[in-house]
Amino acid sequence: MTQSVAGRQAVAPRASAAALGMRVTKPRGLWSDAWARLLKNRMAVAGLGTICFFAVIAIFAPLVAPYSMNDQYHEKVYVGPVWQTGDWSFILGTDAVGRDELSRLIWGSRISLIVGFVPVAIRLVLGGVIGIVSGFIGGRLDNFLMRIADVFYAIPDILFAIIMSASYRDTWFGQQMGGLLLLFSALAIFGWEGLARLIRGQVLSLKQKEFIEAARTLGATDARIMWKHIVPNTLAPVIVSLAFGVPSAIIGEAGLSFIGLGVRPPTASWGNMLQDGLSSIYSQTTLIIAPALCVALLLLAFTFLGDGLRDALDPRMKQ
Amino acid sequence: MLQFVFRRTLWIIPVLITISLITFVMMKSTPGGPFDVTSSGRDMPKETQELLMRRYHLDEPDWKQYLIYIGAWPTGNDAAGAPIFKGVLQGDLGPSYQYKGRGVTDIIFAPPSVGGSLWESRFGRTATLGIFGFVFGVALGLPLGILAAVRHNTWLDYVSLFVSTLFVSTPGFVLAIFLMIIFGLWLKWLPIAARTWNTWQPWLLPSFCLGVGLSAFIARLTRATMLEVLRQDYIRTARAKGLSQNLILIRHALRNSMIPVATVLGPALAGLVTGSFFIESMFSFPGMGRMFVQAIGQRDYSVILGTTLLYAGLIAVANLTVDIVYAWLDPRISYK
Repeated sequence: MTQSVAGRQAVAPRASAAALGMRVTKPRGLWSDAWARLLKNRMAVAGLGTICFFAVIAIFAPLVAPYSMNDQYHEKVYVGPVWQTGDWSFILGTDAVGRDELSRLIWGSRISLIVGFVPVAIRLVLGGVIGIVSGFIGGRLDNFLMRIADVFYAIPDILFAIIMSASYRDTWFGQQMGGLLLLFSALAIFGWEGLARLIRGQVLSLKQKEFIEAARTLGATDARIMWKHIVPNTLAPVIVSLAFGVPSAIIGEAGLSFIGLGVRPPTASWGNMLQDGLSSIYSQTTLIIAPALCVALLLLAFTFLGDGLRDALDPRMKQ
Repeated sequence: MLQFVFRRTLWIIPVLITISLITFVMMKSTPGGPFDVTSSGRDMPKETQELLMRRYHLDEPDWKQYLIYIGAWPTGNDAAGAPIFKGVLQGDLGPSYQYKGRGVTDIIFAPPSVGGSLWESRFGRTATLGIFGFVFGVALGLPLGILAAVRHNTWLDYVSLFVSTLFVSTPGFVLAIFLMIIFGLWLKWLPIAARTWNTWQPWLLPSFCLGVGLSAFIARLTRATMLEVLRQDYIRTARAKGLSQNLILIRHALRNSMIPVATVLGPALAGLVTGSFFIESMFSFPGMGRMFVQAIGQRDYSVILGTTLLYAGLIAVANLTVDIVYAWLDPRISYK
């Protein structure tokens, strides 16, 4: 009796198990298992919720923000927050040129989240390709690529992100997208090697496994093996590494904008706002506390999420 | 072992060369030169520009400028017969473009007044801050991590885990903002701006902000390692033999949990160095970090290049030391 592979397979064991009187449980894959473990970690869930909150605000910024990012109200310079003035028209007050702080905060969340994710995505693509190719093909190419990665690893990231931002800031490249393109490149170029090494290590250990040999015997090409078999199995530590890479990118942007090398004004980013607010730190404290709190919250959320992901995805963790 | 050390030390050279090349190329890509405007902001007359360019060898092709800078290409001597510029390989980091007449080495390493010690120079100040931050980080982080591991799953563990996550995710300068407001504005315990850096009070906040991230990281790492070590069989054997908990900790658990902490010291130094840029800018600290940030704004190429080389060299040496120490602690590593 022939049975089709996919559909019937799931039914047969259930039926037979029920016939024997055993309790039938739903089969759980690795991912749903990990997801369930993650959900049990309250701090990680709180972190995820915070990130989603900021993401929603960022996406719906035009609807949520009371004013635009750049409207300057010259008569209303340095207005205090609502608990000082009782005036609800500028809830968090205004800055040195009369722009509403709350709106800038909301619009700035877009920049912070984008700068958190895009460089990490670039690092993933760059590091991932190099790691997989290097690990899978091996030999001289592997050696060569890993030497390059070693050199990049020895270079302190933020130092060179600073130099790169400073050097190319006034060129054509640095002015694309209001300075964002340069920022993405600077943050992505000096972070790919860790990911590449991690992925390469995974690939090396996977290469020996039998299912790869089986796939090859069945006639799969190298590319297909890389894509269909190796990549899904390297995902777990990569996800964790990404979750920790986003905070470092956000910190990088905040730091660079803080010393004047990041996002160009008048675009609002939280790092920008930190720099602007520093001059009035003792007179109008809200101007610097608000972006500082937002940055700290977002970073905390990502760190808790990263911790939770690492614990959930680690197969060695015994319950 | 010796071969390992030798190989690793040799590796520093290509790294430093690559770093200097990258920095040099990037600096040269910036539009505008250091002599476009005078210090008062007016456009510099063409003849003066050309003269200055020739004196600083900026009219030579780029590859020659690089070789001159590192001291591999001999340049002319001045009137007294001494070479104008000796190059990095002889310790001369070049003239500063912003502060005419002063060399970069002078700016970094010379004390502000004649007769002062090295510790009062920019390098000395930053080094002192870094040392304080590091000591603070280890002194706070290590005991906290050990304590959290020993009192696993109690409220102390959860509180310290939360606090250390809080401090490891918040960057130093953001923390500095909060602390400056709390201690300078609300509680008024510390002065707003430091008048002199020769007393200990102004050092408190910057060292704390610099070191607290490191302490949180060390606490988390020590706790995780210690937890794993305490689960090992040899600890169980020691306990079965009747050894007291304290003795177990000191004699067995501690040494093995310190190994990962030793490996983190290299990146820790890198973190202290890069953290100092932002913290020094925040506190107007008279150190190398703030000078670096200012030099970037002023396009002072040689200061930027020289400071980058110095930092990169320090970090490379620190990483090398860590690798050697790790190989010595864990003999399995050096047989690669």
